[in-house]
Amino acid sequence: MSDARSDIFARIREALKVKAPKPHLKTDANPGKTSTVAKPWLPDGGETADASLTILAEQLAKLKAVLIRVPDKAAAAKAVAELSAAKNWKKVAFHGHELLRPVAASLPCETWEADASFDKQRLEGCDAGITTCESIVAQLGSILVSSATSGGRALSVLPHVHVVVAEASQVVPDLGEALALAKARHGDQMPSMLSFITGPSRTGDIERILVLGAHGPKELYLVLVG
Amino acid sequence: MSDSKAIFLKDATVNAADGDQRAFIRKALGGYYTNRDLQKARYRDWERARDAASLAKWSAVNDLANVLEKFVANFERNGGVVHWARDAAEARAIILKIAEDAKAKAIVKSKCMTSEEIHLNDALEKAGYGVVESDLGEFIQQLRGEAPYHFVFPCMHVKREAISELFTKHLGTAPTDSPEELTMIARRHLRQLYVDADIGITGANFLVAETGQISITENEGNARLTAALPRIHIALSGIEKVVNNLDDLSVLLPMLATAGAGQPMTCYNTLYSGPRKKGECDGPEEFHIVLLDNARTRLLADPEQRDALHCIRCGACLNVCPIFKNIGGLAYGTTYQGPIGSVITPHLRGLKQWNHLSGASSLCGACTDACPVRIDLHHHLLHNRRNAAKESPTLFDRLFHNGFNFVIKSPWLFATGGRIFRATLPLLQKLPLPYMGAWMKTRDLPKAPSQSFRDQWKKQNV
Repeated sequence: MSDARSDIFARIREALKVKAPKPHLKTDANPGKTSTVAKPWLPDGGETADASLTILAEQLAKLKAVLIRVPDKAAAAKAVAELSAAKNWKKVAFHGHELLRPVAASLPCETWEADASFDKQRLEGCDAGITTCESIVAQLGSILVSSATSGGRALSVLPHVHVVVAEASQVVPDLGEALALAKARHGDQMPSMLSFITGPSRTGDIERILVLGAHGPKELYLVLVG
Repeated sequence: MSDSKAIFLKDATVNAADGDQRAFIRKALGGYYTNRDLQKARYRDWERARDAASLAKWSAVNDLANVLEKFVANFERNGGVVHWARDAAEARAIILKIAEDAKAKAIVKSKCMTSEEIHLNDALEKAGYGVVESDLGEFIQQLRGEAPYHFVFPCMHVKREAISELFTKHLGTAPTDSPEELTMIARRHLRQLYVDADIGITGANFLVAETGQISITENEGNARLTAALPRIHIALSGIEKVVNNLDDLSVLLPMLATAGAGQPMTCYNTLYSGPRKKGECDGPEEFHIVLLDNARTRLLADPEQRDALHCIRCGACLNVCPIFKNIGGLAYGTTYQGPIGSVITPHLRGLKQWNHLSGASSLCGACTDACPVRIDLHHHLLHNRRNAAKESPTLFDRLFHNGFNFVIKSPWLFATGGRIFRATLPLLQKLPLPYMGAWMKTRDLPKAPSQSFRDQWKKQNV
């Protein structure tokens, strides 16, 4: 018996002997870098940093994610501490990162550097997870986390609340730029997971009625420094 | 008549007469139309964005061997294991073998239509594994013992009261009529299952050749958890899901969300490259991908309909289809419902048994307009009808087409035939006409005009 792989490739090569016509397009754009070609057609991500921040704030509000803008790192720590007190968090897991250690130190509850001694059962019992991110996409209100910047795969999705602390300079206008940035940063050594998070976890599976917090976090906070 | 056609006709007739259910589906889709239009309005040129999306898929599908080879090489370089399955049975056997080798007990799955296509759950359960669907809609359908109603919104036809009863029966929870409370019941029930499962099975929305990553789109976070906590991650994907570059996703991901669910972006769009890497604190130790043909190459071999392989399974064509809205998703009897299902099922399972789906269309073209990757859906329904008539014409096909061909070629016969037809029309009304029964059951024939169009034209233009 010939193996499945060579059989499938043989079928594909045979099938493609007859060419299909190129799609009938309304534009004469040549295939190239898709994001560059399509940039003027997609939703606007802002031409300037200020414009991008305005769009980001609008998008996050529509997604029911909370944007907290603070002037410096000390204010970021204070904002998260206030949040923790207000929401009465008992256990908080955080990613071991220089931006987050002072934040964790300021919290009035038990904190745990999850990626230093990972334990999924312990993480399941945490009220909130605090991470950094790779970049933030103004155009769509998406936050790109990765297993490198967010304490692995589960920290940004298993706890009931996800808090992202980031610098305002991490905001990029659109998805194309966020993907290009990730590629430039990691090359062929991509983190094993990259995830665009667009608002708190949600479902509409019951009568198409929106409910937040299906399996992932019910609340998503973006604390933006600067 | 094929069995599948007989069942389809029966179910479709019953469902189309169920006014309550139809109203419920229309209401459920109401919010989708509003949100979709709001999101589409944010695109500076939606039509051209569709061009870009269509081109991204076209260039990958029409160079499938090379693009797939590149994907596989990069996937393996990232530490993943690639398996090839010519058909459903091979795919099931591969996954069963992985589970057996791992001495797995509990398996958690996130939504994967390809796994419905190969009836994976049945096979795993028969082999003694506990399998839990983690997507809320799929979880509900699994408890109901029913196939998904819509490949994006699996239980959109089920009312909250029925879900509450279902949860009371299977999970022992108190009845509630709040969708939020029902969602939280499922959330609480499933959380520990992720932690305990040995294997997580997901689908894949895109396979990125350039980087060897797979991209998974979801709203709930269940796929994220499925690919994070169990020791082994298995992704099952059709071979046509491949795209050339990471950059192509900058168009495909937002358009998938907007066309399919009226969102700017689906809540989680996640790229996986390999198992846990050195220095990472969690994630699976093994990452497998099963690449499935299962007659996709048959569709690939038809250049006229090859673009049906561009499908990104957004579900937009179902949401706008008057047939889908009237007969519902279960009546199709297929893994993929709606217009795209009617187009591809005859290729996947046989034209003779499944051509009737191509007939169940008003050819209004709403599907083609809605498709973010510009698949020419309603023309493909016509192509299927033509191919079926060519492949195995019925006696009616032959009589009617030969007769029509004969009459239309002679002006005298055409005029005389028309005169006879007009005169006998009131009589025909009362006769049980072959092939017209279904139509005549709920409709009257129109009154015949006293003169033909040609006669009227002559009179007015002397």
